[in-house]
Amino acid sequence: MSISDIIFVVVSFVTVASAAVVVLSRSLIYSVFSLLFTFFGIATLYVFLGADFLAGAQVLIYVGGILVLLLFGVMLTHRLYNLNLTTEKFQPLTGTVIAIAVFISLSSAAVGTRWKLIGEKELEPTTKQFGEAFLSTYLLPFEIASVLLLVALIGAAMLVRRRTDI
Amino acid sequence: MIQLHHYLLISGALFSLGIFGVLTRRNAINVLMGVELILNSANLNLVAFSRYSSTGIDGQLFAVFVIVVAAAEVAVALAIVLNLYRLLNTVNLDQADTLKR
Repeated sequence: MSISDIIFVVVSFVTVASAAVVVLSRSLIYSVFSLLFTFFGIATLYVFLGADFLAGAQVLIYVGGILVLLLFGVMLTHRLYNLNLTTEKFQPLTGTVIAIAVFISLSSAAVGTRWKLIGEKELEPTTKQFGEAFLSTYLLPFEIASVLLLVALIGAAMLVRRRTDI
Repeated sequence: MIQLHHYLLISGALFSLGIFGVLTRRNAINVLMGVELILNSANLNLVAFSRYSSTGIDGQLFAVFVIVVAAAEVAVALAIVLNLYRLLNTVNLDQADTLKR
């Protein structure tokens, strides 16, 4: 077992364990902060998979953007004098049964299928391929994604506006 | 030796944890976190297949688009949740069951 395998095991354990804390913890703040570890763990797994650009994008967008947004959401949806930011579960039995069934079917499919693999490719920087693909083959989806971001920006600003000035 | 199915198992675990969160949490923001877990596990699958099969870099490109859509989704969803809180004074999904007030 080489050193990278040990790091992989540790990272994947941290990722899955902190994801479990996200969905199991009663405190919303604990959930948000363990989501931080999940996102960092997934970024590390991207590094293991040789996706350097995606690992950077994961840290920038998820940790820097989405996590902060979620934290703002937690803070803004509770009164300031009511600081027990807890949440309880409902229908726990149904949820557990469905989650375990999903995990069993997914893992049996993942282990049991004979995937058509070509072995590990060489690690090389992906940014050049990304740039070429975005500006040639995937130009239309790229533009649509930018328009989608613009629409989401305007829509979010519209939705949270105070309605006094209509 | 790290194989493809190790990544698939991790992403399956993340996916089922996300499903569990979406199904059982009461708080709308916590449900959003479950959705983020699901999107991340799908991304991990895409990147893993892009490395271990002969599809080139297409899987990673798809993952970039998934990240874009996730960012847009969480912004709009949080705007909706804030409006819900302003209207009903709660973000618990089982109490937000009126269509009109």
